[in-house]
Amino acid sequence: MAGRVKWVTDIEKSVLINNFEKRGWVQVTENEDWNFYWMSVQTIRNVFSVETGYRLSDDQIVNHFPNHYELTRKDLMVKNIKRYRKELEKEGSPLAEKDENGKYLYLDFVPVTYMLPADYNLFVEEFRKSPSSTWIMKPCGKAQGKGIFLINKLSQIKKWSRDSKTSSFVSQSTKEAYVISLYINNPLLIGGRKFDLRLYVLVSTYRPLRCYMYKLGFCRFCTVKYTPSTSELDNMFVHLTNVAIQKHGDDYNHIHGGKWTVNNLRLYLESTRGREVTSKLFDEIHWIIVQSLKAVAPVMNNDKHCFECYGYDIIIDDKLKPWLIEVNASPSLTSSTANDRILKYNLINDTLNIAVPNGEIPDCKWNKSPPKEVLGNYEILYDEELAQGDGAERELRSRPGQSVGPRAGRSRDSGRNVLTTWK
Amino acid sequence: MLQEESDLSLVIAQIVQKLKGSNLYAQLERQAWACLQRPEIRLESLKEDIKEFFKISGWEKKLQNAVYSELNVVSNPCTQEAEAGGFLYPLPSHPSAPPEHLKEPLVYMRKAQGSWEKRILKSLNSMCTELSIPLARKRPVGEQKELLNKWNEMGTDEPDLSLFRPVYAPKDFLEVLINLRNPNYENGDSLSFRTHLGLIQVPLKVKDIPELKECFVELGLTTGQLGIDDSTQVPPELFENEHVRIGQKVLVQQDSAAAQQYIRQGSPTALRAELWALILNISSQPEDILYYEQLKTNVIQHDLLVDSLIYKDVKLTASNDDYYFVFEDYLYQVLLCFSRDTSVLGHFAYNSASPPKSYIRGKLGLEEYAVFYPPNGVIPFHGFSMYVAPLCFLYHEPYKLYQIFREMYVRFFFRLHSISSHPSGIVSLCLLFETLLQTYLPQLFYHLREIGAQPLRISFKWMVRAFSGYLATDQLLLLWDRILGYNSLEILAVLAAAVFAFRAVNLMEVTSLAAAEAVLADLSTLKVMPLLQIFLFATVT
Repeated sequence: MAGRVKWVTDIEKSVLINNFEKRGWVQVTENEDWNFYWMSVQTIRNVFSVETGYRLSDDQIVNHFPNHYELTRKDLMVKNIKRYRKELEKEGSPLAEKDENGKYLYLDFVPVTYMLPADYNLFVEEFRKSPSSTWIMKPCGKAQGKGIFLINKLSQIKKWSRDSKTSSFVSQSTKEAYVISLYINNPLLIGGRKFDLRLYVLVSTYRPLRCYMYKLGFCRFCTVKYTPSTSELDNMFVHLTNVAIQKHGDDYNHIHGGKWTVNNLRLYLESTRGREVTSKLFDEIHWIIVQSLKAVAPVMNNDKHCFECYGYDIIIDDKLKPWLIEVNASPSLTSSTANDRILKYNLINDTLNIAVPNGEIPDCKWNKSPPKEVLGNYEILYDEELAQGDGAERELRSRPGQSVGPRAGRSRDSGRNVLTTWK
Repeated sequence: MLQEESDLSLVIAQIVQKLKGSNLYAQLERQAWACLQRPEIRLESLKEDIKEFFKISGWEKKLQNAVYSELNVVSNPCTQEAEAGGFLYPLPSHPSAPPEHLKEPLVYMRKAQGSWEKRILKSLNSMCTELSIPLARKRPVGEQKELLNKWNEMGTDEPDLSLFRPVYAPKDFLEVLINLRNPNYENGDSLSFRTHLGLIQVPLKVKDIPELKECFVELGLTTGQLGIDDSTQVPPELFENEHVRIGQKVLVQQDSAAAQQYIRQGSPTALRAELWALILNISSQPEDILYYEQLKTNVIQHDLLVDSLIYKDVKLTASNDDYYFVFEDYLYQVLLCFSRDTSVLGHFAYNSASPPKSYIRGKLGLEEYAVFYPPNGVIPFHGFSMYVAPLCFLYHEPYKLYQIFREMYVRFFFRLHSISSHPSGIVSLCLLFETLLQTYLPQLFYHLREIGAQPLRISFKWMVRAFSGYLATDQLLLLWDRILGYNSLEILAVLAAAVFAFRAVNLMEVTSLAAAEAVLADLSTLKVMPLLQIFLFATVT
C-alpha cells in the first residue's frame, strides 16, 4: 500500500502549495525523505553538481533536468540550434534545406544571434551589412527583462569589443556574457500594440522525446503603442512585453493584466486573416518548439527522475512568421490577475497529473506514458516513440492547426501528433 | 389579394424613391451609359440587353442586395404575415399615415419615450451647466494638431473624467420601463392565471415556445449548427466542411438574401467579416472612406461634451474587459466619429426616439437656430461602447469597422434603448423573457420573485448590451450571427431565459437577490447554441 507523497519546495507560491495539499500530500523538509521536490533553478544546480554526489532514489522526482540550461540559457540555446542545423545539413536531411539566399527554409526560427564578447567581430561584420538595423542585447543568465536594452549603433556596445582598450581595466569576470540578436522591429501588432506569446511545454523525457503543449497559453501586450522610431528605443514599455516590466507602466491594468488567451488570438487572426494562414502559423509554432527540443535532446541529461515545464516565449512578425525568443526553465508562478491565478493553478495541476501519475508515490522507472484522460489542458505535442512507430502513415493523417484551439483532441489516435509539415 | 397587391406596389414605390437618392443609382446609371459601347448592346433591344448586361456583370445582384437591405430595415421576418406570404413583407406605411406611426404606432409608448428623452436631455444639460462645459466648442489649432498626432492612441490620454457621470445606466432605463402602463388596458385587480407576475406590465404580443420554434426553425435539433456541430467530438465531414463550402459559394455570389439565410446556422470564423458586410450591404467605396475621413476632421476641429462621456464609458467598460482592452483606441476612433455623423439622423424615421434638439446660445425656442445634439442624435449611455467592441475582432480598418457598426446600430442596437412596441424593441424583449420564464419555469420564477429577485433585474443588462461583455467573444459572435440571420433581437430574450433555465438548480437554492446575481455573474463559460437548442427544442413543455 503506497504511503502519501512527501513533497518539498523552495518556491513559496500558493498555486504550487494548494495543488500539493489538495492531493493530500505531506510537506517535509529537504533533509528528510522526500518523493517530490519542486526546485528553483539554483537548487537543481546543487543537487546534480558533481561535488555533492547526490543520488536520487527510484521514488524521487524533481521538476528540472540537470542541464536544462542547454535550452534555457539564451547563448546555449542558440549554440545548440546552430549545431543541430549543421548536423542535419551534413547528413543531407530535407529539413535542412535552404533557399536561394542561404536561409534555412524550415529551421530559420531564431533571429540572427551572436555571443558577446566571443563573437564580437562576427557580429560587427553582420552589423555593417545593414547598419540601420536594430539589435537587442540580453544578458545570458537573467530573466524578467532585466538588463535588456536595444542598440542601433556600434558605439553603444563598445564595452564588449574584444579589442576595446577599456577591457584591460575591466576584469574578465565582470564582463558578463550577453547575446545580441537582430531585433524583430516588425512585430505583428494588434490594436497597434506589440505582444508576445507565452506557451507552456511539458517534457517528460528527452530520449525518446515526449512533450506536451498546454492549450491555454497567453499573449502579453505592451501597454504603450508600438513604434519602431529610434527615439523610443529606450522606452522599455514599448518594446519589452515582460509583465515584470509592463506592470510598472502608467497604463497597466490589474484586471486583465494586458493578457489575452491564445484562443482570442486565434479567433482574431482567423476572423481578420483567414483560416489557412492562421492554421499555418500555429503549425509553425508547434514545429519550432519541437525542433528546439530535438536540438537539445542529444546533449540533455535524460535523467529518469526529471520532468520539466518550460515557458516558451514566441514573437510573431507582421508576415505571420513566429520567432523563438527564449525558453524559460522557471516560468513565473506569480499571478498578476485573478484569471492568471486560475490558469497557473490549473497548469500545475495538469502538470502534476502527468508527472506523478495518480498522485501516488512515484516510481521513476515507469514508462512515462500517461493515459489520455489525465492530460487535462495539455495535449501531446510530439511523441517520438509513437511517431517512429508508424513512419509514413503519419503524413496522411495530418490536419492543420489541430493541436491547439477548439479542435484539440479531435484526432482519434491519442498519441499522434497531427502537424502537417512533419516528415 | 388586392390589398396585398396594392401594399406591394406601395412598398416598391417607396423603395424606388429611397434608392433613387443613393449612390448605387448613380453608379448604375453610369454603368448603363458605359455599356452602350459594348458590342452586344443593340439599339433594337436596348432595354433587354442592358438588363442582361447588369445580370452578368453582377450589378443586378448589387441592386437586389440594396432592395433586400431596405426591406430588412422595417420588417420582421418572424411575423405571421411573413409566414403567410412566404417572403419578407415590410409593414407598409400607408400614404396618409402620419410619420409618427412609422416611428411608433402606440400613443402611450410615444409619450413615454418623449418624457424619457426629456429626462435624459435635462440630465445632460445640468451636467453641462454644473461643470460649465459647453455642449460643443471649436478646438484651438494647437489642440487640433495634438489630437491629430494622437489619433491612433487616444487611449493614453488621461483627461480628468472624475466629474463626468454617464447620462444614464441601464438600470435607470429599466425603472422607466417598469412604470410603463397602457391607459386603455384594464386587467382588473384580481389575480388569475393570466396575470403577469413580472416587472413589465404592458400588454404586448410576444411569442411562446411553439411560435419561437417555428420562427427559429433552423436552430432545431436536426439542423447542423456552428457552435454545436463544429465541436471537437463531431467529425467535420458531417457538417462543418460542407457548411464552409456553402459559405464560400454564397460570398462568391455576393447575394445578401442567401447570406442571411445561410448565417442562421452560424458563420465560419474566417468568413464572418465578409458575410456580415454582405448582409448589411456594406461595401467600402472610396466615398465611404472619404466620408469617414470627413467625420474624423470634424472630431479634430470640434470638441463635444459627449466626447467626454464616450471616453468615460470606454475607460469604465471596454478598457477593463479581458477580450476588448486591446482595441481601446479603435473604440474612440469609431464612437467619436459616430457622434458627429448626421446620416444617422435618418434612422429616427423608424425609431420611436427623436434626436434631442438644442438651441444656439441666446436663441432658445427659435427653430432656425435649433441643432440636433449630438449631431447624430444619439446620447451614449453607460455600456454603449460595448456595442462596438466585439466588431473589433472582425474588422481592423477603422472606416470598415465604422460602417459596420453604424449599420448594426441603425438596424438593431437602437431598439435596445428606446421605448417602442416593436417586437424587437427592448420592451417586447423584456416581456418575452418574463413570459417565457413564467410559463415554462414557473417554479423558478415564483421562487425568485418571492426572494425579491425579479429575474428581469438580472437579465436586463444582458439584453440591453446584446450580451456584449458577458459572453466569451466567440460565443457572442455566434449569437450575433443569428441576430443578423433572423433580422430580429428576440433571440436575446430567448437566450436570457435559457441561461436561467440552465442555472435553475442553483438559483432555486438562493435566498436573496445578491446571491442570485452571484450565480449569474459569470456567463463567460456558457456555450450559446446548445443552451438555445435545449431551451427551444429539447425541453418538455
